Amino acid sequence: MKLKKGIPVIDQGDRLGFWGGKFGGNFVPETLKKPIEDLEIQFNKLKKDKKFLIERDRYFKNWIGSPTRFIKLHNLTKHIGGAQIWSKVVSDANGGAHKIYNATVHCLLAKRSGKKVIIGDTGAGYAGKMLSMAAKKFGLECKIFMGAKDIKRQQPNVKAMKKNGADVIPVYSGSQTLVDAVSECMRYWVANCDTTAMCVGSTVGPAIFVRICGWSTSQISRELKLQLLNEFGAIPRKLKLYNCVGGGSSSFGFWNEFMDYDKKQIEFIGVEAGGPAKSKKHAAPLTYGSKIGILHGAAQYVNQNDDGQIEETESISAGLDYPGISPLHCFLKDTKRARYTAASDEEALKAYQIVTKYEDLRPSLEPSHAFSVAIKEAKKLSKDTIVVINSCGDAYKDKKILERKLGKKYVKSN
Amino acid sequence: MLNPISLAFKKAKFEKRPALLTYTVAGDSSKKQSLEILKSVSKYADILEVGFPHNTPVADGGQIQTSSYRAIKNGIKMNDIFKIVKDFKISKNSKPIILMGYYNMIYQFGENKFLKECKKSGVNGLIVVDLPWPENKIFSKKCKKSSINFIQLLSPTTSYKRLKSITKNSHDMIYYISMLSTTGGKLKVSPKKILQNYNKIKKISPKKNCVIGFGITEKTISKFKNADGLVVGSQICKEITRSLKNRQNPVINVSKMVDKLKKKIT
Repeated sequence: MKLKKGIPVIDQGDRLGFWGGKFGGNFVPETLKKPIEDLEIQFNKLKKDKKFLIERDRYFKNWIGSPTRFIKLHNLTKHIGGAQIWSKVVSDANGGAHKIYNATVHCLLAKRSGKKVIIGDTGAGYAGKMLSMAAKKFGLECKIFMGAKDIKRQQPNVKAMKKNGADVIPVYSGSQTLVDAVSECMRYWVANCDTTAMCVGSTVGPAIFVRICGWSTSQISRELKLQLLNEFGAIPRKLKLYNCVGGGSSSFGFWNEFMDYDKKQIEFIGVEAGGPAKSKKHAAPLTYGSKIGILHGAAQYVNQNDDGQIEETESISAGLDYPGISPLHCFLKDTKRARYTAASDEEALKAYQIVTKYEDLRPSLEPSHAFSVAIKEAKKLSKDTIVVINSCGDAYKDKKILERKLGKKYVKSN
Repeated sequence: MLNPISLAFKKAKFEKRPALLTYTVAGDSSKKQSLEILKSVSKYADILEVGFPHNTPVADGGQIQTSSYRAIKNGIKMNDIFKIVKDFKISKNSKPIILMGYYNMIYQFGENKFLKECKKSGVNGLIVVDLPWPENKIFSKKCKKSSINFIQLLSPTTSYKRLKSITKNSHDMIYYISMLSTTGGKLKVSPKKILQNYNKIKKISPKKNCVIGFGITEKTISKFKNADGLVVGSQICKEITRSLKNRQNPVINVSKMVDKLKKKIT
């Protein structure tokens, strides 16, 4: 299995949509074959259409607020005493997270194909919140599927979705988290694909959704590349890019523009959710050696039992609480382009405390996983190494969990 | 010699009626009970679809999901499912069995091992919901080699071009999904429209037995008397749920229901 140079990773799949011959694909009911094919034709055409790209860039700039900041964390760097620690503050984007890029692109596509309704899944609530924002912006009716457990733990985002006029549909099946929300959303699409567009909230699902999402979030690394050049005059000789990985949309977008660099120069580190330290459950299929299986239409490494039933996950961060992982990341892992590891709930909380203590930055629980590993590793790295962490979400949505885990006083002061 | 599935269609045609196909989930609500249901239902149904339950189904509606979760919760494993089929097949007058489910279960079991077990236990056909054409090319060939009918699915969204290549590559039986819906949805398209599409398929491929499924219930079944076969699933699963809730015997209730269904198309 080999990563090709000069070809975007999203376009490296084969005729049937498999990366490296075995990840991804289209394991979907017959009914969805046609709408998926239509979407493929539309996307392949539009991504080469200059007018469409100008339109996209205009919305990215004027509405999402690109570029998001690239900042040095001076105090943290001093405190850790190793590599230079920087952050790409993607949570600056309109809505507070990277999910806005994919949501905007899907709404642009839906609008062009004449669809009136757009549906989507959500875990932490960001994908749902952003889709509801974009749907409102583009005049589309919006339905968001969300696990009942996630609705309880991510109330701020639920409120935001409703305020944007979206219909939030609670999903009570299975573990009542993201995995079930995606299933329910796909089921709804099966029944309504003639009138309704679907947006999958991450780089997961049938191949076309993986591609559209990866293409959309790649805005992050496009900006970062320019910012690195502005800051250092050249791409640094030792650069490490840390990102949390749930479905894998923010990390893929954070890395995409740097794919062709040697990994000795630019290393990618993906941090999965290890779950509570004392629990056997986790959401880290790449770190803990899960087997390849089929989930939501794509072949990928996924937590499952011997029979192929998908296993329940456990993580403090709803956004990472997914048993599978993007086929793109399976491909990056097996081609050894990226390195994957995990941080536990406790480690993420600790990292959140450290970052908020030293910096005017408030990463949500998802990027706190990435901060945890970056902080640990930065200590041992040379001073000319540039460590960049994608702070892809804001902790406002985690207020309740943080209050419960760390105490009210602590959260308030931040 | 005709394979048992084709034979079942032939018999029904001889009686001038569509074949009746039932769908129940293996292990719902227990291994023993699901076997008993198969046995009692086979008095009336011509072909029995047996679901191997999966916990992230992308095409099943609420009724079948409930049955599947119940079976999984009660500990059903792939090997139990083959055992149920085997035990059913040694009973008198056994009818053809079609296993139906999602590809990950087959993938984890191993395609070849899965087909070997199918053959050993007496499975006659397979429906894999999320392995469409052309992704199923290799697997369906393997099925044919093992004398197992791989049943291709067609839907209202299937283009004419696809229709042609899928029917060409299908075995003796094909399955037409009546409407855009998960299983158990209310019939939202007129039977006339559904039969129009059905006839389109029959015109392309007159020799293959084509069944209609999704939205077929006691209320709607008599409107499709001209089809080769009709599948009832969600209504049966619902009846199991209802019986359990009312502390009644699902075996008797389901059996009564299938008897009624049969009478409506005879």
